[in-house]
Amino acid sequence: MQTDSISEFSPTPLDAIDARVAERLLSAALASGGGHADLFFEYHSGCDVAFEEGRVRTVGRGIVLGLGVRVLAGDATGYAYTEELSEARMLEAAHTAGQIASSGGAWAPVAIAARTLPSFYPVPELSLSRPGEDKVALLRRADAAARAYDPHVVRVEAGFVEGVAEVLVVSSDGVMARDRQPMVRLAVSAVAEAGGKRQSGRSGTAKRRGLDLFAEAGATPEHHGREAARMAIAMFDAVDAPAGPMEVVLAPGESGILLHEAVGHGLEADFNRKQTSNYSGQMGQKVASELCTVVDDATLMHARGSINVDDEGCVAGRNLLIDKGVLVGYIQDRISARHFGVRPTGNGRRESFRHHPLPRMTNTLLCAGQDAPEDIIASVSRGVYAKRFAGGQVNISNGDFVFALTESYLIEDGKLGAPLRGVNLIGNGPEVLRRVTMVGHDFDLSDGTWTCGKSGQSVPVGIGTPTVKIAQITVGGTRTP
Amino acid sequence: MKSEGRADAKSCQDLAEHMLSLALGAGADGAEVLVRDGAELRVKVRLGEPELVEEAGHRGLGLRVLKDERVAVTYTSDFDARAMRAFAEASLDLCRLAEPDPFAALPNREDMARTFPELDLWDESVLSIDVAFALGWTKAGEAAARAHDRRVTNSDGASLSRAVGASGFASSAGFSGSYRGSHVSFVVEPVCDDAEGKKRNGYHYTAGRFVSSLLAAEAVGVEAARRTVAKLGARKVATCQVPAVFSPEAGRSLLAQFAGVISGGAVWRKSTYLAEREGSRVASPLVTIVDDPLLPRAPGSRPFDGEGLAVRPNVVVSEGVLRTFLCDVYAARKLGRTSTASAGRRVGGGPHVTTSNFILRPGKSSVAQVRDVPRGLYVTDLMGFGFNPVTGDFSQGVVGFWIENGERAFPVSEVTISANFDDLWQGIDAIADDLDTRASVQCPTFRVARVTVAGL
Repeated sequence: MQTDSISEFSPTPLDAIDARVAERLLSAALASGGGHADLFFEYHSGCDVAFEEGRVRTVGRGIVLGLGVRVLAGDATGYAYTEELSEARMLEAAHTAGQIASSGGAWAPVAIAARTLPSFYPVPELSLSRPGEDKVALLRRADAAARAYDPHVVRVEAGFVEGVAEVLVVSSDGVMARDRQPMVRLAVSAVAEAGGKRQSGRSGTAKRRGLDLFAEAGATPEHHGREAARMAIAMFDAVDAPAGPMEVVLAPGESGILLHEAVGHGLEADFNRKQTSNYSGQMGQKVASELCTVVDDATLMHARGSINVDDEGCVAGRNLLIDKGVLVGYIQDRISARHFGVRPTGNGRRESFRHHPLPRMTNTLLCAGQDAPEDIIASVSRGVYAKRFAGGQVNISNGDFVFALTESYLIEDGKLGAPLRGVNLIGNGPEVLRRVTMVGHDFDLSDGTWTCGKSGQSVPVGIGTPTVKIAQITVGGTRTP
Repeated sequence: MKSEGRADAKSCQDLAEHMLSLALGAGADGAEVLVRDGAELRVKVRLGEPELVEEAGHRGLGLRVLKDERVAVTYTSDFDARAMRAFAEASLDLCRLAEPDPFAALPNREDMARTFPELDLWDESVLSIDVAFALGWTKAGEAAARAHDRRVTNSDGASLSRAVGASGFASSAGFSGSYRGSHVSFVVEPVCDDAEGKKRNGYHYTAGRFVSSLLAAEAVGVEAARRTVAKLGARKVATCQVPAVFSPEAGRSLLAQFAGVISGGAVWRKSTYLAEREGSRVASPLVTIVDDPLLPRAPGSRPFDGEGLAVRPNVVVSEGVLRTFLCDVYAARKLGRTSTASAGRRVGGGPHVTTSNFILRPGKSSVAQVRDVPRGLYVTDLMGFGFNPVTGDFSQGVVGFWIENGERAFPVSEVTISANFDDLWQGIDAIADDLDTRASVQCPTFRVARVTVAGL
């Protein structure tokens, strides 16, 4: 059952789960019929440290353990979970999930074999095994850097969160996959005060790494402390944002949130199977400018959205979604892949054992183009340069999406001008992607702390893009022309 | 506790008391324990067929321990006797990593709740909703939506969720108590095909602590269909400055954001534009906002707060004047005052300021009167995260209707509204009498004199 990628993992309650136990549970789950069942065991251990006003304010620690059982009968899902891994409780959950099925013969057990997994996030030493003082030291450094950046910085909050999920998936088609999924996260926010006004800024990073991450340039606590302070100070000069349609240039990196909202969600196969997405029935058609090639890539080393295996036991991968403007693939889970008659793409993810899997993004990226970023900015006579984002939202059915800018600048005569107050951009997914007129050669993967929500479930994701020019999108400011 | 998911309040309280004694035995100066136990059933039907049946019981324990003014917050779902003892010791151990915080302390003994008001939060009949009953209900609701209008061409389904839960809380400041509650909700989500491959989705829902308080499945379906079909042909409007009328659903999300900027936690952190504004005008004189945990059967009611304090209604804004920030014990100490008994508590985290039933008091106008503007935007849904609580800058995507001479002229989408949040609340010039009591943040229809609409 053990694979190379977890050989150094310490014993957990999941070690007691072997193929024989799994077989009994799967038999119980499929006792009333049903085409497929899977077991999702999870053991999550996490710790968090909150630092503010120059001291460690609280320390938190928690352990969550449980089993989720799913039974598929046609397109219908039966789901149950338990937090107690006694055989009686697990069998009860299996029976409950199995209620969905009412026809078909009982399951004929198949040989359960461990699946060998890739290793996209080997960690030499888990941060959880490091002393707490090391984490406090990181926070102290971030706090000091933010305060040192400018005397107007009056408040700093720094937080460190770490966790390791050990997951074990066993499915009725004989697949058993076990993965260890670490995550560390550092986030800093700063408030600055000047002339009776206040501004705030934030910066952070989250990756599937150990503490060694924070020794790297661009990931140090000092970097994030300074960056949070810089944003807060920069915003004192902010002017009211314009309102109405304009040219917009997206900075490389976290502008990828536009991809996530404008196309990512709409290409999730559950919506397309149900014909409720504005991309339904458009496979093979042109849905974006030919400058746009979009992939969902779970294989980026240590990235926040990377997974070795999805939560249905399918090996994750790099999946092409849009090829030079043409829709070529959906983000699939098991149910949808069967519906479309394609192989699962390894995107069946869930928040925890308390949730059933859904087609979800991993790291969603717009591939690099040919243009020099400075040429892209220089080509704009009057527009907005979008640099940092708070988040976005999309309406799947019609493709309308918004995303909130927390740091952006006016562009006038090809040059960056004054910073703008917080503002939203609003557009329609396919319309905006058809208006992509320049794509930079400067692809960047955001190292931010992105979390995607869908149907009440949160999963960590990655985003990335080069510099991009959109010929026209509505800027939701207050200043009318 | 023998088994999870039975919403047995007494056994939650017993377990909380037991863990409290373990924590104190392990050397804590003070401790609080929350135990939650509950069960949920969710059934979803789509196009007449079952899509999801989800059923589970869950329980968890959250512990906050103090030692030499140092705080650790821990949680577990392992109730094995040996594991609980080890958990108490490990939690104490974790305190060493925190640093002394003179503001970190349990409430004063004399402030703890002594009597528990009967709030009528439990409906036994919620438990009688089984899978078969839920399937019948959801099928009826979805079918009603599809039958109501032939333009309803598709469906995101109909879902029924029921939840029961119990909380037991024990504090070394001299408190032990428990309560239980039930909740049911039902939603129908039709989909229509519109031009250019676009679809329009909509929803309507009913919810409450009592099964008897729910609207009939068919009525919810018909209203959902009506709301969805009304969005067909939605378009952008030209960028302009006009009055905006917010439906109770859209207004609710503005009110929830307002709850964030009057939270004592945001005030001492200087992360709200209202930090220095207590006692001053922060909204139109038409605006009165209360946070009332004592409303019988209401979704946000609670007999004691997350630190065991006796709760009471708090008038937050009275005729436009900010009367008080909402505080838990920590925020109150930071601000040199007493708690408003507004602490919430989750198993996975320490106390923090929360609202209970946060209500914008309804006005006397009819909805038609509030909507009666020559031209304006009627907002039914807000989208996105465009709110900065530190500066009050506000910009969000909206969906709704254009208003001409007080009537809905045509549906609108893909536009934003922007304003400073302070101007928005000060600019409210009409409030209707149609308070929506389905959720714990409760709002009537209201109008803001002027916002910027960005579109074409």
